[in-house]
Amino acid sequence: MLSRCYFMSIKIILFGKLADIAGGSVSVNNVTDTDSLINVLNKDYPALTDTKYVIAVDKQVINGNTVLNKNSTVALLPPFSGG
Amino acid sequence: MSSQNLYERYHRQIILPEFGEQGQQKLISAKVLVIGAGGLGCPALQYLTAAGVGTIGIVDDDIVALNNLHRQVLYSVNDIGLSKAKRAAHILLQLNPEIKIISYNERLVTQNALTLIDDFDIIIDGTDNFSTRYMINDACVLLNKPLVYGAISQFEGQVSVFNPQPINGSNEAVNYRDLFPDPPKDGEVLNCAEAGVLGVLPGIIGTMMANETIKLITGIGEPLINQLLTYNALNNQVYILNLSARKETRSLIPKTEKEFLQIDYEWLCASPVQQAEVDSDIFNGMVSKGNIDVIDVRELHEMPAVNEFNHIRIPLAQLADNISLIKSDTVIAFCQSGKRSLQAARILSGIFGDRKKIYSLRGGITEWKKQKQTV
Repeated sequence: MLSRCYFMSIKIILFGKLADIAGGSVSVNNVTDTDSLINVLNKDYPALTDTKYVIAVDKQVINGNTVLNKNSTVALLPPFSGG
Repeated sequence: MSSQNLYERYHRQIILPEFGEQGQQKLISAKVLVIGAGGLGCPALQYLTAAGVGTIGIVDDDIVALNNLHRQVLYSVNDIGLSKAKRAAHILLQLNPEIKIISYNERLVTQNALTLIDDFDIIIDGTDNFSTRYMINDACVLLNKPLVYGAISQFEGQVSVFNPQPINGSNEAVNYRDLFPDPPKDGEVLNCAEAGVLGVLPGIIGTMMANETIKLITGIGEPLINQLLTYNALNNQVYILNLSARKETRSLIPKTEKEFLQIDYEWLCASPVQQAEVDSDIFNGMVSKGNIDVIDVRELHEMPAVNEFNHIRIPLAQLADNISLIKSDTVIAFCQSGKRSLQAARILSGIFGDRKKIYSLRGGITEWKKQKQTV
């Protein structure tokens, strides 16, 4: 189904509390880097703005804005404290 | 016990070609410190004890509560109210009397952390709050100790091995602050008491932590170095992320013992617990209603004296040892300015959990007296 799309659709996997905010798995269209992706997510899910998480692109945790390609999978992980 | 009996006890793992007698010998010589004998600590302790880790330290100042038993399966109803560290040591020695277990019935704080951690080869973080987690991480970086990390929330868990011994002289060991540089603020992330947790989840994650520890000690397999594993108990999804060290991280971590001792980790991320503050008006209303214990947590010599309402005096430092004096289901702590009483409320919430409603008088007795004068 994805291959029929004419635009780039980035798959995002959300963990923990983030999944409660936006659902476990969402897609964002027409973004080319992680900064623009986060901007879109913050607009769609304002509760994400105040939440701490790390961003991973294709299973690599990133430290700054990162270019995305059409096959990229982005994961957002919040910290857990429970033990 | 004879070497024949030891051989028999560990036979099923010794016959693994990768493990062998060498692996067993490494376990017997190893010293592992488990911080937190709760949901994660219990299964980790059980498997490390059974596997024959020669020296195990257990740090926990908590007591067993009924609402622990759905996940902390080391304990039974007879243990309720007793020290977790002591009970765990006792029960584990019945499983394996051939090893040495040292229980520390105390809270890990900056003052004892470095001394305790320095005595062990590998540290396991099974704690339930960010302030202790950041403190353990920093101490392990400072002392160059491998840290087996695990954390849980609701149906999901995380496992990693931080700060392993340098591999091939590489200095790229990742620690927790490479993942999350700063602690979340108060209330930003819910703990198990607030968000809930499926009982079997810490069993799985804690067992994974024991597995990582055994792999580190014996040198078999691929421990989660520079990786973070996440597990979802609802759909069995496992997701492994690769981590890399950040340059900025080193500047966040104290470089000397002196610097470490000066960091107030409690303050950095005031633990989200169920304490609440009440102002003077609400306080007066609650006092006049009755059925309440009011506690002055100031030192006994501190002024002004309070004669206006009934209360008991337990200085903050002695609070945890005198909880038997607290009878009512509603408790309000006060002090001079409202800061120590907030700490007292945290301590009491930690002890009583949901069983009592714990409050702190905002602004302390100073503000209360001021309000009274203006009325």
